Amino acid sequence: MIRFILGKLLYLVPTFLGVTIVAFGFVRVLPGDPVLLMAGERGISPERYEQLMQQLGYDQPIWWQYLEFLGRLFRGDLGDSLVTKSPVLGEFLTLFPATVELALCAILLATLIGIPAGVLAAVKRGSWFDQISMGTALIGYSMPIFWWGLLLIILFSGVLAWTPVSGRISLLFYFPEVTGFMLIDSLLSGQDGAFGSALAHLILPTIVLATIPLAVIARQTRSAMLEVLGEDYVRTARAKGLPWRRVVGVHALRNAMIPVVTTIGLQIGVLMAGAILTETIFSWPGIGKWMVDSIFRRDYPAVQGGLLMIAAIVMAVNLIVDLLYGLINPRIRHV
Amino acid sequence: MTATPDLASKPPAGTRRQMLAELWFYFSQNRGAVVGLWVTIALVVVALAAPLIAPHDPTMQYRDAFLAPPAWQEGGSSRFLLGTDAIGRDILSRLIYGSRYSLFIGAVVVSIALVGGIVIGLVAGFFGGWIDAVIMRVMDVILAFPSLLLALVLVAILGPGLLNAMIAIALVLQPHFARLTRAAVMAEKNREYVIAAQVAGAGRLRLMFRTILPNCLAPLIVQGTLSFSNAILDAAALGFLGMGAQPPTPEWGTMLAEAREFILRAWWVVTFPGLAILLTVLAINLMGDGLRDALDPKLKRS
Repeated sequence: MIRFILGKLLYLVPTFLGVTIVAFGFVRVLPGDPVLLMAGERGISPERYEQLMQQLGYDQPIWWQYLEFLGRLFRGDLGDSLVTKSPVLGEFLTLFPATVELALCAILLATLIGIPAGVLAAVKRGSWFDQISMGTALIGYSMPIFWWGLLLIILFSGVLAWTPVSGRISLLFYFPEVTGFMLIDSLLSGQDGAFGSALAHLILPTIVLATIPLAVIARQTRSAMLEVLGEDYVRTARAKGLPWRRVVGVHALRNAMIPVVTTIGLQIGVLMAGAILTETIFSWPGIGKWMVDSIFRRDYPAVQGGLLMIAAIVMAVNLIVDLLYGLINPRIRHV
Repeated sequence: MTATPDLASKPPAGTRRQMLAELWFYFSQNRGAVVGLWVTIALVVVALAAPLIAPHDPTMQYRDAFLAPPAWQEGGSSRFLLGTDAIGRDILSRLIYGSRYSLFIGAVVVSIALVGGIVIGLVAGFFGGWIDAVIMRVMDVILAFPSLLLALVLVAILGPGLLNAMIAIALVLQPHFARLTRAAVMAEKNREYVIAAQVAGAGRLRLMFRTILPNCLAPLIVQGTLSFSNAILDAAALGFLGMGAQPPTPEWGTMLAEAREFILRAWWVVTFPGLAILLTVLAINLMGDGLRDALDPKLKRS
């Protein structure tokens, strides 16, 4: 098992180096001089220009700059934001919990509805439930989620006035950050109505972000279940007189879950892309909105750092999924 | 010896027609897929005939009708069936012209991604060794980034605009085609018909493109359809974020971006462009599902 894990880790090294090259190269291929870009509209004196070039290392050969970039990276230094002048890593880590909270709620919602719906659709293949749920899943899968979010705002915030339009919690509440998760922090604060406010802010973004993963999980669960239900061991279990409920719940479901777990794990990339749109629509102060804002503000160190961190997170989650896959499916462990 | 070297790759015309007929048979069994096909055909017709059927010029601003509601709502008139936007442009006409952009984006992006991915995948699968290792690591790097984020950053480098958005989306969709092609080539390349063609003296290019490729097409066609809808969604998302087609282009995502500030005052400026995106993507996905089932031999009950 350790060899299996090490092998997987080793396999990621060249990919991660590639990711650093992309993030490093991104700033280099931008049109314009990086120092002039930093100086902004006001311009800069030639002496100051020389000084900055030297200070930032831009007078060195490109490969040396890349190595220095890597060195700083391993010391946890992603550079400073051009806009706020504070370290990019710090900004990222401050905003990250908001995105994690949203993404966790979304994937939880998607799993809790998607798996039962998929199982039921497969067991009752061809029934009206199967047709309606799979039709809905295909609509969800085809949904432009930025529009879906706007529709929900029109209905629930505009017409019904049930939910707030943006942010994580009402401005009436203020309490210290403990976990960074608003749902937990608002409970810990003990303030009346704080948790309700946090929940009301979270609910629409969660639904929007969960839409595509939910559709994917439901479809994947259904097809995996259908495949497994046709297997000999299911027929055997049925033939030896086990109740249908037990055959589906134990024999079939456990084997069908193998591809489904992988699918859930692979949704992390989808979630990050979805977070960009969802957070923009709901002004959710997370990584996705921060990335879009940074791109528009031409805050290149922030974009560079964000790209690296997000790619690293996606790779890490995919690795964990790979390992889990080996754990629940011993057949592939030694390949 | 004058034997034809590619007997396997070139079935007689009769067999090919029979295969197409069989494909159509399985495809037409799937009601949703057929509906999707009809909707897609209708969309293509609308896009081609846009100047003939659009009631107004898509960029014409009617100063007497800002945010006019749709015809059936109070205050609406049959002059603007789906109402007008904030600067008095007819929404229906803009939607009709918008179909041109979406279908064009889908077609161009899939063509670029498909051709690029096939060539890269063929080379990787056919040559193997370090060439394969290097190519596949590069694909892994692209796939390590969420596709929309990478496209967004690429457009930030290239500059906002429809063309750059299409290039960026094609680049991030391309690894899927490369991986599929590579996997199919690896499965096919040691089969007897390939070795036979090789022994008969077929060159490398011929082996790659005429002998092996036609037998790897099924998964690529399915992926192509699904990528078509992905391309439309991603391009609309980029337009929505202000990084795709620029105003006043009647691209659906860009229309949504312009409509955002009016969502609580004029529901129609937001609802219709999104509905157009959803229906288009849904029709293509229905078709994709049907194609996948029709091309997948495991599901056939023959």
